[in-house]
Amino acid sequence: MTTQNIMIVGVGGQGTLLASKLLGRILLEHGFDVKVSEVHGMSQRGGSVVTYVRFGDKVFSPVVDRGEADYIISFELLEAARWLEYLRPDGLMISNSQKINPMPVITGVAEYPDDLEGKISGTGARLICYDALSLAETAGTVKAVNLVLLGTLSAFFDFEESEWLDVIGKSVPPKFIEVNKKAFLLGRKITNGKVLSAGN
Amino acid sequence: MKTLMLGNQAVARGLYEAGCGFVSSYPGTPSTEITEEAAIFEEIYAEWAPNEKVAMESAFGASLFGVRSFCGMKHVGLNVAADPLFTISYTGVNAGMVIAVADDPGMHSSQNEQDSRHYAIAAKMPMLEPADSGEALKFTKKAFEISEQFDTAVLLRMCTRIAHSQSVVETGERTSSEVKEYEKNGAKYIMMPGNAIKRHPVVEERTRLLIGFAEETPLNRVDAGKDTSVGFITSGTAYQYVKEAFGDTHPVLKLGMVNPLPVRKIIDFSKAVDKVIVVEELDGIIENHCRNIGVDVTGKEIFPNFGEFSNNYVAEKLGLESGKFRKVGAVIPARPPVMCAGCPHRGLFYVLKKNRLTVLGDIGCYTLGAVPPLAAVDSTICMGASVSGLHGFNKAGGDSRRTVAVIGDSTFMHSGVTGLINIAYNESSSTVIILDNSITGMTGHQQNPTTGFNLKGDPCTKIDLEALCRSIGINRVRVVDPYNLAECDAAIKEETAVDEPSVIISRRPCALLKYVKHPGPVISDSNKCRSCKACMQIGCPAISMKEGKAVIDNTLCTGCGVCIQMCRFDAIKSR
Repeated sequence: MTTQNIMIVGVGGQGTLLASKLLGRILLEHGFDVKVSEVHGMSQRGGSVVTYVRFGDKVFSPVVDRGEADYIISFELLEAARWLEYLRPDGLMISNSQKINPMPVITGVAEYPDDLEGKISGTGARLICYDALSLAETAGTVKAVNLVLLGTLSAFFDFEESEWLDVIGKSVPPKFIEVNKKAFLLGRKITNGKVLSAGN
Repeated sequence: MKTLMLGNQAVARGLYEAGCGFVSSYPGTPSTEITEEAAIFEEIYAEWAPNEKVAMESAFGASLFGVRSFCGMKHVGLNVAADPLFTISYTGVNAGMVIAVADDPGMHSSQNEQDSRHYAIAAKMPMLEPADSGEALKFTKKAFEISEQFDTAVLLRMCTRIAHSQSVVETGERTSSEVKEYEKNGAKYIMMPGNAIKRHPVVEERTRLLIGFAEETPLNRVDAGKDTSVGFITSGTAYQYVKEAFGDTHPVLKLGMVNPLPVRKIIDFSKAVDKVIVVEELDGIIENHCRNIGVDVTGKEIFPNFGEFSNNYVAEKLGLESGKFRKVGAVIPARPPVMCAGCPHRGLFYVLKKNRLTVLGDIGCYTLGAVPPLAAVDSTICMGASVSGLHGFNKAGGDSRRTVAVIGDSTFMHSGVTGLINIAYNESSSTVIILDNSITGMTGHQQNPTTGFNLKGDPCTKIDLEALCRSIGINRVRVVDPYNLAECDAAIKEETAVDEPSVIISRRPCALLKYVKHPGPVISDSNKCRSCKACMQIGCPAISMKEGKAVIDNTLCTGCGVCIQMCRFDAIKSR
């Protein structure tokens, strides 16, 4: 099988690393060669962050480049727009509709572009965009945005729901298992595998 | 057992399996996790040293006693430890000793992009370079064998993409390594001229033997390929990019041992292909070696010696097309890293900016004080350079009433204290501000000598910063709370005005520390807000202007209250 590429993008501190940990674990259990690449250190502090997950028969490079990602999960809308270049023309972008202003917007030297959802679909990209923050709150904590989005991605994979839940159970501290599973299932039901807003 | 591991975690696993018993390091991205992961094994004694030089010398001491030892650091850390490095090359080891050094091509979290392979060449020490986590584990174990076989410390070069990517490793058992007997041997271990003169030829002979080893070792291997019109010589991360682009099409000589480099192996490889292309990030070290041994290669004519490579970059440079992609038409504002909401550094930097001081900066989270809107820093060089630089600046005629140094608690212990000794000893009326956030922040919360806890998390001796500064000879030492702008302002005005050395300790624990209790988000009153944007001057990510009024992001705000002090209209209140 050719190597498949997933990217998880967001703002430092949003919990992107847990999503990649869960993905890596389930892919490894299914016998794939897997590489997961993260960036730590300075760029973590409120900056734009990216994690690459690659899997297949044999994976070489630990990173994903422009035009290579089959799926991108974005925790924030501006980051979805920033990393769109990394999506294959036929890839799928799953984005939280939440907006977090970067410092240049806060200080007034730049503007947060309007209607990014429309602008992304306008390029012809396949996009699923929804308020994952509210679903996470429904599940019990705003911190579970990562599991909501991962749930939506999971619907596009052939693995059983029970396998995903099993991996969550094995990867998060006991007291957070239930809230994370709940968030995951809410995200998983978003599309049942169908893209809501397909481009042309 | 097969499992996914971070490259750094795999090095730690390799230490465990190799029977390593002693680890001493100073944190530095992208090397930090090696030591954190090693500390989890009960069988390994692991510690944070105050700096890399101390760490390397301690690891040498452990090796001298007879225990397999390790120290890890980032590339610039090896500059600090270069002094012991060059002479440990002469003495060799008793038990095996491995030194990991993590380079950062692309400077994800570093102040320069130096290539550590130069140190291996200059210190005449073997260096291995893994290309994934599996190799990181295997090479670490192999490095101990080489260390004991050739009587030398061995360098292990990591790069960001190897250190911080997870891939599949197969773990094994720990080999029990017996403590080697220490025997007094002045000719080998006392490096005064009479002995060192005799050791240098030993080092040269060792290098000759290591070149022989490099010819035979499976660390350097050829991946076969049918198309011999081009063959690639590469190592580490670059190897992965080449394989990503070409798979098994062309022959690839993958070098796992990057110093010393083989000769015959490279000549044989070059004869089997029409053209040789060397693909290496940063400097053209393999390439120059090939030219020196008479092998014609292409390398830096195609690839630059700066920046990080990528899949597409390597593919395009080698004539392949990369994939198409879509792009949003709008301008996407950058999202640079920022000081966190509630960061104790923010208030202090605001006061420095307000007083229009020249600020010599240092290495840590507080380097972000250089970013707008605070933009309060004038220079950042290396660990400790703020304090020593301030002394030189003032002695050369700088206005000591308008100039200060800022340095974090961990960085001060690393190499700021020696600069402060110089200020006391050579009497410059300098004002040093120690930003004591009770942790090593930027690298992800490591303990240090001022925190009262060791690497394993156990309570330990806590260095008293005030007593230390006084004992050096600084008579004016005071502590301020950086959440209190008026207090900081008064202290800075008073201490810069006096005609003698002074230290201000700005003390508040990092807002991200788990034990820190926050009062909770402040409240903004849109009726009282006059849209003056004074609160925006502190660059807090939790404050933004919506429809002309200041709005607080409740998910980010900790309630530190610095913005309350900025507002002249009482529009922001604590809860």
